[in-house]
Amino acid sequence: MSSPNGAAPAGATRQLRYVDALAEAVAQEMQRDEDVFVFGLDVDDHRAIQGSTRGLLERFGPERVFTTPLSEDAMTGVAIGAAMAGMRPIHVHIRMDFLLLCMNQLINMAAKAHYMYGGAVKVPMVARSMIGKSWGQGAQHSQGLHSMFMHVPGLKVVAPSNAYDAKGCMIAAIRDDNPVIFMEHRLLYPTEAPVPEAPYTVEFGRARRMLEGGDITVVGVSNMAIECLRAAELLREVDVGVDLIDPITLVPLDIDTIVDSVARTRRLLVVDNSWINCGASAEIASQVSERLGGSGPLLVRRMGFAPTTCPTTPALERHFYPNPSTIAEAAYAMARPGGAAWSPDPEHARLAYQAQFKGPF
Amino acid sequence: MPSEYTQETIARLYRSLYFIRRFEERVAAIYPSDAIKSPVHLSIGQEFISVAVCDILRADDVVSGTYRGHAAYLAKGGDPKAMMAEMYGKATGCSAGRGGSMHLIDANANVMGASAVVGTTIPIAAGYALAMKRRKTDRIVAAFFGDGASEEGCFYETLNFAALHKLPILFVCENNFYAIHEPQSKRWATDRFCERVATFGIETRRITSGDLFELRDAVAGMVEKLRRGEGPALIECHAYRWREHVGPNEDFDQGYRPRAEAERWMEMDQVPHLAAMLPEAERAAIEAEAEAAIDAAVAFAEQSPFPEAEELYRHVFA
Repeated sequence: MSSPNGAAPAGATRQLRYVDALAEAVAQEMQRDEDVFVFGLDVDDHRAIQGSTRGLLERFGPERVFTTPLSEDAMTGVAIGAAMAGMRPIHVHIRMDFLLLCMNQLINMAAKAHYMYGGAVKVPMVARSMIGKSWGQGAQHSQGLHSMFMHVPGLKVVAPSNAYDAKGCMIAAIRDDNPVIFMEHRLLYPTEAPVPEAPYTVEFGRARRMLEGGDITVVGVSNMAIECLRAAELLREVDVGVDLIDPITLVPLDIDTIVDSVARTRRLLVVDNSWINCGASAEIASQVSERLGGSGPLLVRRMGFAPTTCPTTPALERHFYPNPSTIAEAAYAMARPGGAAWSPDPEHARLAYQAQFKGPF
Repeated sequence: MPSEYTQETIARLYRSLYFIRRFEERVAAIYPSDAIKSPVHLSIGQEFISVAVCDILRADDVVSGTYRGHAAYLAKGGDPKAMMAEMYGKATGCSAGRGGSMHLIDANANVMGASAVVGTTIPIAAGYALAMKRRKTDRIVAAFFGDGASEEGCFYETLNFAALHKLPILFVCENNFYAIHEPQSKRWATDRFCERVATFGIETRRITSGDLFELRDAVAGMVEKLRRGEGPALIECHAYRWREHVGPNEDFDQGYRPRAEAERWMEMDQVPHLAAMLPEAERAAIEAEAEAAIDAAVAFAEQSPFPEAEELYRHVFA
């Protein structure tokens, strides 16, 4: 395994997969707080949501870990009501696309209740969901819908890109007194990072600088943070230094860290795990432009899903997503304007696919 | 009226019923002055349902109302001053000026927040009931909703879940035959509502008489079973909305429903019916007390300050 930051720090904690980090975080919080419970279709079956709820039923019993009817709308309402009554529900969806069935409850009630009722109630709930990719996930198993939730005041939106942040964000989300849209990515599930055993939180609203570099600021959201890490490895071959930022949480958004970086590089590439139009990339780019526009040259570009529905055939799907090569090409063109176009060596690009982020955290 | 009703009980019921009727009539009277800065959906004519149900509930039971929820809020013991101030948009309102008439709440009286999106609070009420069951209490939730809300998918989703988990929740359908201006005949394939619900294994009762005591007796039996953990129950209670869907006036001149339809219900009005059961002095005392409390609520609302501009940004996140 190659890692741009070298091996994990000496005396480091054990390596844990993203999927196991999620399960561990939930188990530790359920142990700590009787009011935490997990529900959603299939959370208690033998597949355990690709392993992310593994062991919870055995340890905490069917009163605190239970499946639901296929009634996402009402089940979201049940989560909200239980949360208002003082419990801390974690409502699990195996794909983010199913959150569209929950929109009335999430947008009209969860997001607004604390405000609309003058602070009389809180809604401490977590809506977990996973974005799919590849092997025919297609139109309705691959959507990154975070910008829809970012649009509405009152929801927190979290998108950890590695196992360390997955655990720390999950614990923070469970302890948060607000509804948290917790966005996972299927392809991140097997990725490993050093994860301390003891419970810890990753603070919301603090971005992580994954790499330091002076030529261009790249912001990667969710799985795209890892794709950008791989792109940065390719760009190193042509001496383009990437300041790579993972926002981790989209609401609250740590725009200051991004602005500080762009103030130095004057170049911003935002790579989102969703469509560009009205998306998180639009929000980040416009906030940076508002802060830095007029103070000097500023080059901004966004990448994301092709403006199409996601197709199932690999022949088309590979053109749907940004990948390390296309990200590296775009970043190079921005960092070296006027120079000859450059494309990464396909063999190097293939190797870059093995890169995982291992810190520092 | 069943003979077992004591004068004390009748007085208690009348106190609540009269207060709600007069409170809403005052709201309607104030409304043209534009002092109330909120759309109002008056429950006038339907108050007896909230009064009967809430009289059976304990203080620690929870009520979930609707955007036509003045009656449920007041019958459960919600603070009338905070409610009136909320409608005036004042800082002292029960939702601190952020909710208005459609989003009343009183956590101290266990009145859940109401929603303007029809049906939305039904599953949320079930979530409260789930929490009560998990905590092994014998508290219950009464969820009020209209016949229109029963057409929402989340209603049937909630019935199934509540029955499956034997949740302590009483569903109370206030069937007034209209969703906004659309009659049931244009919305329901059949009116066998209780039969539909009963297929979930939920005990149901249909009350068509408009009689407060008949309803109260039915609720009492169901609540007893709910507290024993026997699972949810549903009451369909026929009633009639006397005023317009939203606003302070009558609307029989609009042509979508005939006044004759309302007159049958006005003749059965429970306010004078209960008044006639009480000795004159006691009735007069109850009414004077109510009028004074309403005056106090209006004065409180009028004298309270509007929220400061900075308040706009408070409570976005907890």
